[in-house]
Amino acid sequence: MQGKPGKVALMVAWSVEAGFYVAAIAISLLAGALVMAAAGVTPWEAYELMWQGAAGGANSLKETLVKATPLLFAGLSYSFAYRCGLFNIGAEGQIYVGALTGTMAALLLPPMPFWVHLPLALLCSFLGGALWAGIAGALKIGRGASEIINTIMLNYIAIFLISYMVTGPLMDAAGSLPQTAKLPASAILPQLGGSRLHVGFFVAIGTAIVLYWLLERTTWGFQLRSAGLNRRAAEGMGMPVKRNLLLAMMVSGALAGLGGYVEIAGVQHRLMQNFSPGFGYDGIAVALLGNTHPLGNIVSALLFGGMRAGANSMQRVTGASTSLVYVIQAIMIIVMLVNKYWLGGFKKRIREALIRRVERSDSSSGSTQLNWNE
Amino acid sequence: MTHTKIREDTTSANAPILETRNLVKRFGSFMANDHLNLTIRTGEIHAILGENGAGKSTLMNMLAGLLEPDEGEISYRGKPVRFRSPRHAMEAGIGMVHQHFMLIPALTVAENVMIGLKNGRGPWFRHAKACADIRRLSESFGLDVDPSAKVGELSVGQQQRVEIVKTLYRGADFIILDEPTAVLTPPETEELFRVLRALREQGKTIVFISHKLNEVESLCDRVSVLRSGKLVASAPMKSTDAAELARLMVGRDIVPPAPRPVPAKSEPVLEVRELSLRRNNAALLQRVCLAVGEGEIVGIAGVDGNGQRELCEAIMGLSADSAMEGEIRIRGSVVPRPKPKTMTELGVGYIPEDRQQDGLVLPMSIGENLILKQFRSKRFNRLFTLKRSRIREAAEAAVREFKIKTPTADHPAGKLSGGNQQKVILARELMQRPKVLIAMQPTRGMDVGAAEYVHRRLLEERERGCGILLVSTELEEVFALSDRIAVIYKGRIAETVDRAEANVDTIGLRMAGL
Repeated sequence: MQGKPGKVALMVAWSVEAGFYVAAIAISLLAGALVMAAAGVTPWEAYELMWQGAAGGANSLKETLVKATPLLFAGLSYSFAYRCGLFNIGAEGQIYVGALTGTMAALLLPPMPFWVHLPLALLCSFLGGALWAGIAGALKIGRGASEIINTIMLNYIAIFLISYMVTGPLMDAAGSLPQTAKLPASAILPQLGGSRLHVGFFVAIGTAIVLYWLLERTTWGFQLRSAGLNRRAAEGMGMPVKRNLLLAMMVSGALAGLGGYVEIAGVQHRLMQNFSPGFGYDGIAVALLGNTHPLGNIVSALLFGGMRAGANSMQRVTGASTSLVYVIQAIMIIVMLVNKYWLGGFKKRIREALIRRVERSDSSSGSTQLNWNE
Repeated sequence: MTHTKIREDTTSANAPILETRNLVKRFGSFMANDHLNLTIRTGEIHAILGENGAGKSTLMNMLAGLLEPDEGEISYRGKPVRFRSPRHAMEAGIGMVHQHFMLIPALTVAENVMIGLKNGRGPWFRHAKACADIRRLSESFGLDVDPSAKVGELSVGQQQRVEIVKTLYRGADFIILDEPTAVLTPPETEELFRVLRALREQGKTIVFISHKLNEVESLCDRVSVLRSGKLVASAPMKSTDAAELARLMVGRDIVPPAPRPVPAKSEPVLEVRELSLRRNNAALLQRVCLAVGEGEIVGIAGVDGNGQRELCEAIMGLSADSAMEGEIRIRGSVVPRPKPKTMTELGVGYIPEDRQQDGLVLPMSIGENLILKQFRSKRFNRLFTLKRSRIREAAEAAVREFKIKTPTADHPAGKLSGGNQQKVILARELMQRPKVLIAMQPTRGMDVGAAEYVHRRLLEERERGCGILLVSTELEEVFALSDRIAVIYKGRIAETVDRAEANVDTIGLRMAGL
């Protein structure tokens, strides 16, 4: 019953999915070209420049990875909560708080060697994000308050808290800008060969892989997925659902917090007001495009990171606003959502036709028994 | 006598209203409907019988415009039709009452009936006019429905009538009812049958899907039996009988369970003492006392909604939001605060009433659903990771042992049919070799063959020494399986009697509170 026919159906399903994904991206780029033309930019030239800026050489590629790093952390943060049945819209705030606690560990602790200081600062950012998300998590499981509303509101508190800290207690004594002093070298993420690319990118990739393993392979991940898919059943089976959801919310916040400090310690090297141009919210888009799968997030974060890097070089040459890239990004999300939710029947027909063709050409394979009724 | 005469005449004389010719529907290359040639005549009540997965729902969904056929054709009133949506079917005069009602509880009956329709000119909804229309319509068919009542406040039987009125209001002449009696009490079922007969008198054609052979026998004019997607018989009801239909459905004879030895008196494995439960000042259970011995099945009969669910959930520790008094003992020792995890560890298995909401995580695979309670055990867990090959083996073993119909062992539970979903739950609970099993409506909505299988497994567990608390609204089931029988009515259990001394009529009266 399993064996070959099942595999054929699975392969067909995968290739149809992949085909539609590629088509969705192509359609978005085409729609983006129309927008560019309307804005008075030659689309071909703009895309060419974007490609140059994103992948045209070693430096461009590195820039893409730098831009992708905070997006990946934010996307993982949203994805993890989502898979557990929670909506964490607060990655932005958690990024700020994680950046704050990490920076405080970097600046306020007595001097110590690099291999103690950097991990300690990263740990502090992890805990800061966890605690910030934990507020919304505790309100959710204790009082039933919507975590969507509370995480959004905590974003504002966090952003203003950081504004206060960098203009007050933590302000750089040597200047008048709203920012802290430069981080000590022992708390900074090493850069590769003098470029802007820092170790943080690899930390992000590692985090995605760990998260995949955690969700799919571990007992705890199994409990989290059960609670996310059917909370009532998970409770009925005797799983500690409330405790797990609080922890899941905290892990989600911790990922964003870590991303916040990685951005500070890898790129900015000091905490400043409004250092995040909305990484937290972009993370939701990254997660959606990555199908809330940890490894899917890597692909979508690289895509978005590439578009950011490309946008800068496009702006430098053509003078067209980088906002055009945001337009393309938004179109891409809409196209992806249509692909995911509206085309089920169409894809099914294609799959069935393909399976029939495979069966006809390979009469020995017998009948396929997979029942795809979505 | 004259009545049966009339029925004979109508069934033989009337022209076909709907015919299908070589109708085929595939899912992948699984044949859900295999070249069906079905004829339904004007003004008859036509039963469609079949096991779960036999293709009844697929066929009905094609007639009602929810699915499109892959091959073959449907002709309605002599003309070939192709419905692209339920709306097209409705416009042609075909309406369907689904098993799960499509009603909005917060709206009134009139608003529910009018949903998606215009009444009169202009954009405004004229409630009074709608009420008057609906009242006139429902009275002409003998349906007792108050158009201004809120649907959420109606009983299940009344809500079903609202669904029927909905189809009638849209001008349906051909009404499909998908297992309409599954949710009804015996008096409500009688009332429904009266309504359906009244509809037939007025020339409506009714397709009645059911598992319950006695209902089909008493109500329907013609019966068609589906098995594995094929039409195996279509005949006037009077030319056949329940036994033959059961054979046709299952494809073999149904053996009634053999009489069993009465278990020796033993220490109870499950004991409930003076259990009371209150929620929002409503007494849900009142001083319930029960004892289930080793190797004994105690059946709780009762009409739905008399505290059965609350009793089972209280025992399993699932009613944290209610004030509970009394004592629950497992194998002699008191469980101070019952919780799902503690009860599982004490060896109590549970088959919940709502298998999709409480019993399974539908998007997860069969294997993952099997380990929902045992994921911590050494068998499936190594430090903190799951042993995936063991889970797959367990799933394959369960599929073989419980004859779960599925393309692969790692198929999501949500894509299985209802009966097969219940088998997954059964496999999970029995895998733990429970000392006590709480089985709530274990065969609800299941066909004869699958229900028989579940019954056999429960009896095997009893043989093994498991004490079973069986809660069922099917009196037949309670009598077939139980060693002792109790009746629950408004949260109270009066007494438990041996099956040998129990009498169907007196139990039936107690169920009605008399």
